[in-house]
Amino acid sequence: MANFYIDNPDLRHHLNHPLMQKIVELKERNYSDAAKYDYAPMDFADAMDSYDKVLEIVGDICGGTIADNAEGVDHDGPKVENGRVIYAPGTQENLELCRKAGLMGMAMPRRLGGLNFPITPYIMAADIVSRADTGFENLWGLQDCAETIYEFADEDQKQRYIPRVCKGETMSMDLTEPDAGSDLQSVMLKATQKPDGSWVLNGVKRFITNGDSDIHLVLARSEEGTRDGRGLSMFIYDKRNGGVDVRRIENKMGIKGSPTCELTYKNAPAELVGSRRMGLIKYVMALMNGARLGIAAQSVGVSERAYREALAYAKDRKQFGKAIIEFPAVSEMLSVMKAKLDASRALLYETARFVDIYKIYEDIAKERSLSADERKEMKHYSKLADACTPLVKGMGSEYCNQNAYDSIQIHGGSGFMKDYACERVYRDARITSIYEGTTQLQVVAAIRHVTTGTYLAMIRDYEAQPVREDLQWIKDILIGLTAQYETAVAAVAAVNDTAYTDFMARRMVEMAGNIIMSYLLLSDAERNQDFTRSAGVYCKLAQSEVARHAEFIAAFNPSQLDLYKAE
Amino acid sequence: MSLNIVVLAKQVPDTRNVGKDAMKEDGTINRAALPAIFNPEDLNALEQALRIKDANPGTTVTLLTMGLPRASEIIREAMMRGADGGIVLTDRVLGGADTLATSYSLAQAVKKIGNYDLILGGRQAIDGDTAQVGPQIAEKLGLPQVTYAEDILEISNGHIVVKRRLENGVETVKAPLPCVVTVNGSAPDCRPRNAMRLMRFKYATSQSEQAKLPEQIKEIVAKRPELTIREWSAADVDADPEQIGMPGSPTKVKNIVNVVFTAKESRRLDNDDESLEGLVKELLANHTIG
Repeated sequence: MANFYIDNPDLRHHLNHPLMQKIVELKERNYSDAAKYDYAPMDFADAMDSYDKVLEIVGDICGGTIADNAEGVDHDGPKVENGRVIYAPGTQENLELCRKAGLMGMAMPRRLGGLNFPITPYIMAADIVSRADTGFENLWGLQDCAETIYEFADEDQKQRYIPRVCKGETMSMDLTEPDAGSDLQSVMLKATQKPDGSWVLNGVKRFITNGDSDIHLVLARSEEGTRDGRGLSMFIYDKRNGGVDVRRIENKMGIKGSPTCELTYKNAPAELVGSRRMGLIKYVMALMNGARLGIAAQSVGVSERAYREALAYAKDRKQFGKAIIEFPAVSEMLSVMKAKLDASRALLYETARFVDIYKIYEDIAKERSLSADERKEMKHYSKLADACTPLVKGMGSEYCNQNAYDSIQIHGGSGFMKDYACERVYRDARITSIYEGTTQLQVVAAIRHVTTGTYLAMIRDYEAQPVREDLQWIKDILIGLTAQYETAVAAVAAVNDTAYTDFMARRMVEMAGNIIMSYLLLSDAERNQDFTRSAGVYCKLAQSEVARHAEFIAAFNPSQLDLYKAE
Repeated sequence: MSLNIVVLAKQVPDTRNVGKDAMKEDGTINRAALPAIFNPEDLNALEQALRIKDANPGTTVTLLTMGLPRASEIIREAMMRGADGGIVLTDRVLGGADTLATSYSLAQAVKKIGNYDLILGGRQAIDGDTAQVGPQIAEKLGLPQVTYAEDILEISNGHIVVKRRLENGVETVKAPLPCVVTVNGSAPDCRPRNAMRLMRFKYATSQSEQAKLPEQIKEIVAKRPELTIREWSAADVDADPEQIGMPGSPTKVKNIVNVVFTAKESRRLDNDDESLEGLVKELLANHTIG
């Protein structure tokens, strides 16, 4: 039976990144929990050993039962009976296994029943789970809604809800409505405060992943008469109280094991989280950033699966007297797939580390005031996380779709049949570039880091790192690409028109992403010879992509914008 | 109701995924080439024990294994899955034991544990496939035995009700406690290692392993008695030197040959002395045995 952690040495490489020392020391507050909990680490090596061994459990469960169940879950799917969701039998077994293995609430503090893992190893678990069953990754991964309760709810609410999540109760985030998808400001679900101060919810939510969860985070309009985001608040709805029913579940193209629900709220009792009016502008934004990183991890898991399915088939399938992997066209596709996979994974863990550092500082700030240096560092990493999250979600999800497409292509006619996993992977991949904000919306979130120079500053930092002699050619190319990027950004800025910047935004964001991911792979290759080939292949891909965008921008006359107005 | 349960377990070479180098030229297993794992059906037995523990708070689950000192690995694993602790019966003089000597040695260890309500074990180990050790232990301890158990349906008031998986169906039997139950591979899989328990027990070690630990970990282990996996010698369990190891093993391996099963059909015999005698005579006559 395969172990999806052990059989993939790239994961250990990323787990053992030099920045982990700092992350773990901050997270463990100099290992002070060791005196209170017999499962808390006593030093850095002990903590890293625990992450490694727990990920081995994740890999074991995923490579065994969860991967084995994926086909059946895709076929059976969940159903609705009397307003309640019944998961596919395989899903039920997967959930039970994750509960027994204690893999729920991984990132929650020990005092609330969690494992106190940093985001980085937690995200690695998500990457592994997604490779086994992408739809199941949603149900398991929604545990990171607990993060929002931990960050913004009061102590009493934390004590009541978080331990339940750590014991395995599932969560959902009830945001979308029929008329409020990408535009969450239009949410209409009504929150009414009763004379005794308690709240009830009335209305409809749609497209809610795992909508029959035990504990819901709900975005609702608490301020009557308002129409924008400032009238929205965040609530917790506890299924034990009743009042929310599942009207139907969607019949989807992929991630079929993950129930996507339409919910009706009829005087459903709910608790306010944090302050009124902050629901969308503060809490949902934080929730979405976490969720986007989760989708990025899910995308990388899909890319991994797509690549492995293709590689195995290409080695096995013989045509014209030899394995098809020996044909240059197939070999190149596989190399590019691996490079995209490695590039998005490198950015995933870089982002996870940035998120880790600033979030841990935010948490420490609740216990004591931070020094000026610490505050500065927190802001720095917060900005980097903010810049990298939409980049990795946007590009990582597009890459996983491309890899899923190529995986089928390598399978040829067989890949079009239901007999091979690549067909399911292709359907599962499709949602990643849509939910938690489409790729187009990731560009909207990312573009300010092009215009304000966050990405360029990151690139300059990477550029300052020395590289091995055999990798110098890559760095030389990247220095050239950076110059092209700067020229393109300056050219767009010179037009000084928001509509024009928006039009060019995706091109510029992707250029930055290409260069950043190339540098990350360069640094991976510097630490580990195994990444040398991917660093080279991805850099060549970046070279052509950046040139394509640079040429488009350089040769574009703003008057041609009208050509692109669809009618 | 709290019970004391002993789970018999064995560390075995993983014979399920054998490569070309799995067997030595002399036909014996090349243990170095195969990873050592928790015998699969012993995991089924452990799961049954843990289910009883879940339903009866206060119940203790103690692993007992005989083998090399490194067999403590499976006890550590069992603790991560939910067991309370365990004992490794390890001694050079125990080596080379056949099922008779093994069951004697383990029975002695069970006697020393004492105060047990239930002894569970896997039906058989994947390295020997004899399915003899569990039943022999029951005989030596003078306990009732239930083999091929698939599910423990009830355990209360001094008895146990067990569903057995037999060739042609299932059978439900009731036995008084204490007794020995050997569990079939068709029983539910064992629960996974639990992340929190893994971190709690990852330093659980036998005395001989502890000698090699870094000082810092030695200190932790010294402070937490649950982290010590007991190691017993033959003398610790008052074993008669004539009944253990090579001297205690009447089974002598003459040679080992690779056999490819060719029999296309099987024959069923009645469960009586007459039929068995007839078969033995037939096998003697065609030189299959003897």
